[in-house]
Amino acid sequence: MSYEMMLLILGMAVVTYIPRMVPLVFLNNKKMPSKLEGILHNVPYAALGALIFPGILFAAETIWLGLAGGATALILAWRGHHMMTVVIASIGTLLVLQLLFPG
Amino acid sequence: MQTTTLSSTPSPFLRGLTDGLPLAVGYAPAAITFGFLAASTHLTMVEAVLMSMLVFAGAAQYMALNLIALSTGVLEIILTTFVVNIRHLLMSISLNEKAEKDHPLKKAGYAFGITDEVFTVTSTKEAPVPTGYITGVFLMAYMSWVVNTALGHVGGALLPEVLQQSMVIALYALFLALLAPAMRSSRKVISLAVLAAGLNAAFGLVIAEGWAIIAATLTASVIVEMIVPLEQSDNRKESEP
Repeated sequence: MSYEMMLLILGMAVVTYIPRMVPLVFLNNKKMPSKLEGILHNVPYAALGALIFPGILFAAETIWLGLAGGATALILAWRGHHMMTVVIASIGTLLVLQLLFPG
Repeated sequence: MQTTTLSSTPSPFLRGLTDGLPLAVGYAPAAITFGFLAASTHLTMVEAVLMSMLVFAGAAQYMALNLIALSTGVLEIILTTFVVNIRHLLMSISLNEKAEKDHPLKKAGYAFGITDEVFTVTSTKEAPVPTGYITGVFLMAYMSWVVNTALGHVGGALLPEVLQQSMVIALYALFLALLAPAMRSSRKVISLAVLAAGLNAAFGLVIAEGWAIIAATLTASVIVEMIVPLEQSDNRKESEP
């Protein structure tokens, strides 16, 4: 491995690790103001919304495939099925659709 | 807030490994693709696998390959990586609110594994989320990421193409599986997700994707908090008045 590549990988590792680590290590046992705490409790669900949309539209070959997979996942998850079932069923939906309607 | 219930029998670590499984499936096509692209960008097997082992960040690794192919300088690639991954700062602050209090060294350990997906799986559980659980989810996801990078570098297309093209939906299905149960029991969660999704679509038109996600997440979290404050909604139910 070249010296430059080693430097690149190590540099990427450090700048990725720091934002992940600093809050968990240095905010330990500190009580947040309640307003801020409320906002932070909202973050996971807001992040999920932003991570799903609009990315899901461009995940597969066509927008329709993405929507079909998303609909499958949403219906099964809404009915309370396990994460693993939801993931496999939605992969299955795309597989079947692509085999039925190739190209 | 209703979250996925964790059964009390197996250890948090084992539960984490189990809940990490859908994530491992979701990472497989992304890692195989990364390994394959790394090979075509003339990274050696060791370089590709080492990057996956030490960086563990999908989007940033793809971007780095692009930049390497364009013979961009080392410093610029590192800076881009930092910008792309700064969103994990917000996620770590949020997870820190829910994670079990533990020794800083242990937290520094699992902090390495806070990807978007590990964050969403762990932070949607009821507080306090045990260290063992977070570690389990992270290790399952991590193993898949590293092993599949190697497989992708060797084979690229070990899996039939149609299956690979179907597996791209896995991470989105996982996100929906995490979101739906919470949406069912809380209108606040619905507002948060829908608002953030809409804002992200809008911001994405003007700023880079990584920044759009962080801006949309933060804006939606603040706006919804101003309308439905925590104290008002958090009777362990969190349904809107």
